[in-house]
Amino acid sequence: MIDAERVAIHMAPDDLTPLRIDEVLVRKMLIGFLREETLKTGAKRVVLGVSGGVDSAVVATLAAEALGPTNVLGLFTPYRAATGRARDDAREVARTVGIRLEEVPIATQVDAYFAGMKDVDRIRLGNKMARERKSIEYDRSWPDGLVLGTSNKTELLLGYGTQFGDLASALNPVGDLYKTQLRELAAHVGVPRAIIEKAPSAELWEGQTDEGELGFTYEQADVLLYHLVDRRVRPAELIAAGFDAALVAKIRERVRRSHFKRVMPVIAKVSLRTVGHDFLYPRDWEAD
Amino acid sequence: MKIAIAQCAPALGAMKRNLEMHREWIAKARATGAKLVVFPELSLTGYYLKDLAADVACAADDPILRPIVDASRDIDVSAGFVERSKDAKLHIAQGYWSGGKLRHVHRKVYLPTYGIFDDGRYFGPGDTFATFESAAGVAGMAICEDLWHVSVPYLYAVGGASVILAPAASPGRGVAEGGDLGTAASCRMMDRFYAQYLTVYVVFVNRVGHEDGIGFWGGSEVIAPDGTIAARATEFDEELLVADLDTELVARERARNPLLRDERPDLVFRVLAERMGVRVTE
Repeated sequence: MIDAERVAIHMAPDDLTPLRIDEVLVRKMLIGFLREETLKTGAKRVVLGVSGGVDSAVVATLAAEALGPTNVLGLFTPYRAATGRARDDAREVARTVGIRLEEVPIATQVDAYFAGMKDVDRIRLGNKMARERKSIEYDRSWPDGLVLGTSNKTELLLGYGTQFGDLASALNPVGDLYKTQLRELAAHVGVPRAIIEKAPSAELWEGQTDEGELGFTYEQADVLLYHLVDRRVRPAELIAAGFDAALVAKIRERVRRSHFKRVMPVIAKVSLRTVGHDFLYPRDWEAD
Repeated sequence: MKIAIAQCAPALGAMKRNLEMHREWIAKARATGAKLVVFPELSLTGYYLKDLAADVACAADDPILRPIVDASRDIDVSAGFVERSKDAKLHIAQGYWSGGKLRHVHRKVYLPTYGIFDDGRYFGPGDTFATFESAAGVAGMAICEDLWHVSVPYLYAVGGASVILAPAASPGRGVAEGGDLGTAASCRMMDRFYAQYLTVYVVFVNRVGHEDGIGFWGGSEVIAPDGTIAARATEFDEELLVADLDTELVARERARNPLLRDERPDLVFRVLAERMGVRVTE
């Protein structure tokens, strides 16, 4: 098809049409990614946290399609604040996708660690929970599995996640899809409507919602980030197009401040050839 | 005249495995009656090599390429490899083997070093666009980014080529804004434009498979000099695509549409020379 009918991209705070994706195509790309990038490492199966939310529901679905449901292990890892709704939704996802779901509560170890400590704020508690969960996922991936990440592009760009916690993984099939796009894909791959439509939450404390904590909606962030990041539109142009100047500044600062979460650990260079600097082999370096 | 396109997924940095993979695809291509089989860019090594480039590099006449040389006794073969020149520079190269001999090597001239590409860090550029005799007629090679530069197919066409072989390792990207894959739409527009307006066959040979999270989208195609699709492969899956080239179509199209006959490379040369401050007398 000759791409002769493309029209200029409309840029406005309330216009989500630039985010639209071809779900059939994206599904095919991500299934190919999961299958190839898993199998070429010698791994046979994958492990992921299934929270009952839409992101992990999509990843579980794609992984089951890529590798077969018997090669996907879902882990539901509740802390005390976990709602019955989250558990029901996680089970519903596992049931519809046909994967095994195991429940591994994390309250015992998290509470034991913090016992006797004073002034533990909820950020520390949340980070600990996220890292505890990830350490369980990595443990359960041994010896022939890989851990899948479920952080979406919005979360990655905003730094809305815990480094080496929920942000950690061997493979992340959804890290280049904004939350809005992920919802679109979720509907296409058959994630139950109720899971797609419920308010996103990291469930780190009771009543927590992502949007309440961030101070803006995913739709607001996604369309702004799309123009800012994907299309390299300058902030002044965004503001001229009607985007709220304070929101532009806030989101841009979040992206800047969280960049450390998106890079590998920084290594001090002293030798002639240094891991990460100029010892640059591909991850997919294959045996001959 | 049948030609085959091997829309395959090379293993990254595993040359022996890739040589074996080539042997299998060449045998399949031969069985279709094709006179030529074309493999994608860096088909013998994989694309995102980074520091592996130096490890898998070889001279164009290196004995490691013997299986390709031997296979070319029965069917012409064009495949991609990392060439180490006599003075030890590394190049992204595409060879053309026929009758048990290496007939032509094109070194990628335009090395994309932006966005997801880093060719210029690891490779040196080629410095010419030479045509050669292929089973499909006089041909010129444009490796991936080469084809995105309008001057490249132009130079081949005014240099007498009737077919442009375009091996590629094109990553699929650009899924937003509702439509088709952004890269696919751009590639198809180029293929068709060059084919129709230079009245040549464009043979676009893209790979599939994933490297470090990047998926190559396939969609190889042969576009005829009248702008029609002679053959087109699926996206993202391996496929041996066979196209029937009508060798008379080039002549028929050029009779109907003599743009290339009326082209003035001498004028282009004079204008460019003047811009560069060179006086051309003759």
